[in-house]
Amino acid sequence: MAGTGKAHMRPEGDRVLVVEDLTVEFNLGKNKVVKAVSGVSFDLVRGETLAIVGESGCGKSTLGKAVLQLPKPTSGSVNFLSKELTTMSKSELRDMRPAMQMIFQDPVSSLDPRQPVSAVLAEPLQVWNKGSEVEIDQKIDELLTAVNLDPAVVRDRRSYEFSGGQCQRISIARALALDPTMIICDEPVSALDVSVQAQILNLLQDMKDRYGLTLVFISHDLAVVKTISTRVMVMYLGKVCEVATPDELYTNTKHHYTKALVGSVPIPDPDRPITGNLIQGEPPSPMSPPSGCRFRTRCPQASEKCAQEEPELREVSLGHFVACHHPID
Amino acid sequence: MSPLLKLEDLNVSFATPRGDLRAVKNVNIELNQGESLGVVGESGSGKTVLSRATMGLLPSTATRTGKILYKGEDISQLPRDEVRQLWGTGMAMIFQDPMTALNPVRRIGTQLTESLTVRLGMNKKDAREKAIELMKRVRIPDPEGMLRKFPYQLSGGMRQRIMIAIAVSCSPEMLFADEPTTALDVTVQAQVLELLTELRKEFNMGMILVTHDLGVVAGHTDKIAVMYAGDVVEYAPTRQLFNNMKMPYTEALLKSIPRLETPTGTRLPVIEGRLPDPTKNEPGCSFANRCPYATDKCRTETPPLTDGGNQHFYRCWFPIGGGK
Repeated sequence: MAGTGKAHMRPEGDRVLVVEDLTVEFNLGKNKVVKAVSGVSFDLVRGETLAIVGESGCGKSTLGKAVLQLPKPTSGSVNFLSKELTTMSKSELRDMRPAMQMIFQDPVSSLDPRQPVSAVLAEPLQVWNKGSEVEIDQKIDELLTAVNLDPAVVRDRRSYEFSGGQCQRISIARALALDPTMIICDEPVSALDVSVQAQILNLLQDMKDRYGLTLVFISHDLAVVKTISTRVMVMYLGKVCEVATPDELYTNTKHHYTKALVGSVPIPDPDRPITGNLIQGEPPSPMSPPSGCRFRTRCPQASEKCAQEEPELREVSLGHFVACHHPID
Repeated sequence: MSPLLKLEDLNVSFATPRGDLRAVKNVNIELNQGESLGVVGESGSGKTVLSRATMGLLPSTATRTGKILYKGEDISQLPRDEVRQLWGTGMAMIFQDPMTALNPVRRIGTQLTESLTVRLGMNKKDAREKAIELMKRVRIPDPEGMLRKFPYQLSGGMRQRIMIAIAVSCSPEMLFADEPTTALDVTVQAQVLELLTELRKEFNMGMILVTHDLGVVAGHTDKIAVMYAGDVVEYAPTRQLFNNMKMPYTEALLKSIPRLETPTGTRLPVIEGRLPDPTKNEPGCSFANRCPYATDKCRTETPPLTDGGNQHFYRCWFPIGGGK
């Protein structure tokens, strides 16, 4: 959507996470409010990888953090493993934390530069009393081996001694330490070279298969999520535009914004240059989003109706949902 | 007519406690007026050092040898003051991170008019008008209001447009763009790349586009130099390179790019291993330890840069599809 709706929810599935009408607003004072996420609903079935895709400022990272109650959303509900997180007390919420982990965008700054790798990985295990010192030591070696790092070499090094790709491997190991059910990956490969990016994407896929994880993968690049996701949700200015499986989304794009995203992916072929003409300018300010469909100010097909009426998510084909008054045929 | 820029046997090394780190090795590159060259490689391949060395922006720990011929004149031996005179009007640079490249405590207007008043000797009023004109050219909405703003008030894409406006403000003949879109979203990246190509054609500038992504250079360059561990390992016109790839490294780099056509669930081919230690000068091909086709010859003898015809050069004993 650049609209609202819950047509894409799957109440019959084995759902790990159900997010309904989630709204996150930041109060800037002087009656200024940033509407970062406006009434987003989605669910996560066990074992799937949901990709959340959109430009900077569309609210995708805020949404990911709001699910983890970092900070608590302004309104809406987040139901994780059949427990409502938004109404929980701090200590109850803390008990839920091991099951839901996060991997951050910048692998270097998300590791403590003064701690050796072994301490970085030991901390969550010690906090949650996961065994004796010897057991924790073994677990650290196991985690490092799992992410293809040699424990003997890396254990005593600090984050500045590693490349971006290696730091991201350590972050993944840290997220895995407490055997989580769900990991939210916030642009885990945007800061990496293409060659390293491929390694990390493969590693995430391996870890998912090995530990039976459910992933949320946040990214601005549709090509990156194509290989690893099972469902893609496209966001624009705090709203959902389109939800579909990745193959369906690329072969049968319905939303004009998704089309622009697909067309912007650089293709390594000199005979198929990318064009910047698909979408001009930048998103409007989330402090005063446009009425009706939020994408209408940049949409080539915008009409009167788009300004007045907010489109709702509706199913256009099996498992493919779009919030647009004039979807692409 | 001599080319706009010609690098002859350019070497750059840094003195480190572990010995000399050779960042750029014997690079030979030519660029004509209005032409665009893509320099592609992983982090640590020497691509950024190459462009900085050409501009004369190296730190004092660096040693540079070889010739840098700008319009036929060797500028590598010029005193710093004279090289400085070339900045802005001769060569200009756009940096990777538009947040840190702009001064956070000075207004956009001040930063944009600085080179106009200093380099071109414009008075304040003319510089202001020119600045507004430049901002219109790089499609910045409300250019007059923009003059009063600070960098933190702008998005990454807008900041990069300001950087581009500053770089082209004195009509340089040569533009270095060092990973200009790496910090940007794909949609904004597409817009910025197109803008750069437009400006290059309009001002007939030579452009060197440095990036780690072959997808970025494919549609926006005339020729490409692929760098690995300080060496140019493949150098060819863009179409020739993509249609007739010779280096296993270039092929591996290309294959690791995720594409929209890739079926979901596919494992991306990766380049295993890492770059060799740049302080060690080991014999053999620098890519041998990661190359799927490597033989004993590759590990012991350094391959020369071979001319494969059609202006296609490569550094490999066993090029894909055979030699010439």
